[in-house]
Amino acid sequence: MEFGEIVSVLLQGAIVTIKIVAMALPLAALMAFIFGLIRLYAPAPIKQIAVLYIEFFRGTSALIQLYWIYFVLPFFGISIDAMTAGVVALGLNIGAYGTEVVRGAIQSVPKGQYEASVALNFTSTQRVWHIILPQALVNMIPPFGNLAIELVKATSLVSLITIGDLTFKAKALADMTLQVGEIFGVVLVLYFLMAQCLSLFFRYLEKRLSRGLGRGGIDQ
Amino acid sequence: MIQVTWDWAFAWEVLPMILSAAKITLLATLLGSVLAIAVGLVFALLRRGRSKPIRVGVYWVMEFIRSTPLLVQIFFLYYVMPEFGISMSPLLTGVLALGVHYGAYLSEVFRSGIEGVDKGQWEASRALNLSTLDTYRDVILPQAIRPMIPATGNYIIAMFKETPQLSAITLLEMLQVAKIIGSENFRYIEPFTMVGVLYLIFSVVAAYGIHQVERRFPKEGFNLK
Repeated sequence: MEFGEIVSVLLQGAIVTIKIVAMALPLAALMAFIFGLIRLYAPAPIKQIAVLYIEFFRGTSALIQLYWIYFVLPFFGISIDAMTAGVVALGLNIGAYGTEVVRGAIQSVPKGQYEASVALNFTSTQRVWHIILPQALVNMIPPFGNLAIELVKATSLVSLITIGDLTFKAKALADMTLQVGEIFGVVLVLYFLMAQCLSLFFRYLEKRLSRGLGRGGIDQ
Repeated sequence: MIQVTWDWAFAWEVLPMILSAAKITLLATLLGSVLAIAVGLVFALLRRGRSKPIRVGVYWVMEFIRSTPLLVQIFFLYYVMPEFGISMSPLLTGVLALGVHYGAYLSEVFRSGIEGVDKGQWEASRALNLSTLDTYRDVILPQAIRPMIPATGNYIIAMFKETPQLSAITLLEMLQVAKIIGSENFRYIEPFTMVGVLYLIFSVVAAYGIHQVERRFPKEGFNLK
């Protein structure tokens, strides 16, 4: 097979990978915020549920979670297609790691900010929404950027439940053409490029969000 | 639809098979960690070396290894290495992939650990006419190791949790055995759930172990000789 053909097949796979990332990333962010905030502010019994979710998804392998959702849930009458299983498993997995990012960033906002907002008679919702979160958000960007890259890498696992992502296409092409060197070389470079793009984007985001806060990136 | 019930008899029947596969998982993790620590240390020292091209080169190699999926790296080693005349067993391939992948992560931990040692220690060693090697071995590393333990431990646990990916190159570790049992009996609930619980147990025990190691580690360093 010619090199150009190989690349074009692999690019189709890359598009599937990007789609999965685009769907799983918002899910992960949502889970991270919901459970991160529950972990910090909710009453004890609800907090326990959050801890259970976080410990379970951080304590076991992403691949086991993926298999569990894909192979075991149908026995409970919940039949989901491979794509949904992949997105849900990755979103929940990365989201569990994200809760710690949210929690750490919120806790790193200086205590004086809480005290000042109490002194100014803000309600607790106003305090979190207008004072704490805007400052915490900037602290979350770099670790979230790392998690996004982890997500891109983790999407390769969905190839094992028959989704035609980049890794799946590579494996199929390699079995068919035996041009393994070129194929896996190109695949590694494609993943690397995706990760670099994400990393540049998050660096830009950090700079953009830290404007006016007098720290973080350079104010322009 | 198949009736959902947790079948204890089936669970007990297949548990020994999964536990014997756990040995392979643990072996891969153990060998992988030893290799990762060695690779990490070499990378960390190279990034502190004198030559700028080497520093920059090593940085990008590490960046590349860290931002590409372990699964693809495993495939790469397993399918491409034989082209160069190097054929390795699935276990050896897996250990090599885990070791290099996590070595790239650990090198950052080691680098920041080494840089965390007070600069005065380097100056004092220079004043005492110690060679660079002696300074690393007798002065810097003994002090740098304790603060590195928690992060190193976390990466080793993370590595342990990635071992199921070795099933993709036919290594019979826990998840692969569970999958085979599941497809033979068409019961996935018990094997997959048990593997998940075993991972959870191993991770918790390992995290406790690492905490103990850190707690007992002498604060003032130790003598490597």
